[in-house]
Amino acid sequence: MRQSRAIDVSTGLFVLLGMTAIVFLVTQITNREFSWRDDSYRLSARFENIGGLKAGAPVSMSGVTVGRVESIGYDMDVFKAVVTLRIDARYDQIPNDSDASIFTAGLLGGQYVGITPGNSEDVYRDGDTVEFVQDAIVLEKLISKYLFSQAGKDKATEAPGTQE
Amino acid sequence: MTGLLGEIAANTRSFLARLGALTRFLGQVLWQVPVTLLRPRLVVEQVYNTGALSLVIIMTCGLFVGMVLGLQGHDLLERFGSEEALGTGAALSLLKELGPVVTALLFAGRAGTALASELGLMRATDQLSAMEVMAVDPMRRVVVPRFLGGAIAMPLLTAIFIAVALFGVQLVGVQFLGIDQGSFWSQMRGAVELADVHEGLIKGVTFGIACSLIAVFEGYNAEPTAEGVGRATTRTVVISAVVTLVLDYILTALML
Repeated sequence: MRQSRAIDVSTGLFVLLGMTAIVFLVTQITNREFSWRDDSYRLSARFENIGGLKAGAPVSMSGVTVGRVESIGYDMDVFKAVVTLRIDARYDQIPNDSDASIFTAGLLGGQYVGITPGNSEDVYRDGDTVEFVQDAIVLEKLISKYLFSQAGKDKATEAPGTQE
Repeated sequence: MTGLLGEIAANTRSFLARLGALTRFLGQVLWQVPVTLLRPRLVVEQVYNTGALSLVIIMTCGLFVGMVLGLQGHDLLERFGSEEALGTGAALSLLKELGPVVTALLFAGRAGTALASELGLMRATDQLSAMEVMAVDPMRRVVVPRFLGGAIAMPLLTAIFIAVALFGVQLVGVQFLGIDQGSFWSQMRGAVELADVHEGLIKGVTFGIACSLIAVFEGYNAEPTAEGVGRATTRTVVISAVVTLVLDYILTALML
């Protein structure tokens, strides 16, 4: 009996340790944030192009994370991507003419949604739609635009693509 | 020439026979699982045997795997000037590959051999037949609790291994080599998704089931001689390692 009691204790400790490790992995090294009370509100925004934005990406104002991208869908009526933003309830004074843009963090970083505050007296409430949006900048588009404009400039002298 | 062909045919035949026997054995074990769960005491003992007793080796190896990953990762990333990505790289490689695979190999070496030799010795000393004579089903009383114990312990060991290894990476990367603590953790959190953790745990569960099954199968079907027990133990390690790596490829291909 004494022997089996000791085994129970060690087994219990082992299982507890394993569970702690799983909880650590889930909560501490992923971008998932667990809160017991869901005291946040949701905004939606329609973008022409969201680039590489993913659910769970941060929503920031002046670089401070105020929420997360909750889900991304596609609206077949207007042919745009619908991004649902979950904003922390602490930040409930965002003017309702603020705009949402998709930025890239660093050269190789992930994309995030940046909110720039507007001047309106009224504030966003749960379920509102952000009217002013700016799409993700797609690098290929920029490069091709630049290349074609360069090519247009000195078409006479050189063929496009051989620029240095 | 015909001799060679005949040998190949015989080998193929015995391989297929063994695979079939293993599948039948899996069916028998799974069939008995609900009954065994009515006596959790037996399973708890085996979780202790396979899990708690493997803890020291798992944690030691995890720490050193993490520290090596910290050194190598730092050396590699320094060439691109992005040492801060060490956290991301280490966390992803540990969660998705190194954690489950290394844990499974250690598990096969530490717990799998113990299971196989114990069962093989029971077979060799006629304990299993004695149980049958006493109308005790050795599958229910001996084999299935050991299988379940291993299958339960392995995912927990995997999680512990990964957590300790991350501590090792952090120790070398942040404390010794001076990567910024804040960017180390925030880059990791930004890049690691819940699905990556799921992938690691799914692999842990699968490898646990496979390694435990192979260990009890080899032990239970060992030849009842000293040599046979030794051979069963060796086969357990070899087959577990090969099956783990093959399953790893299949699971990775399925989940990417």
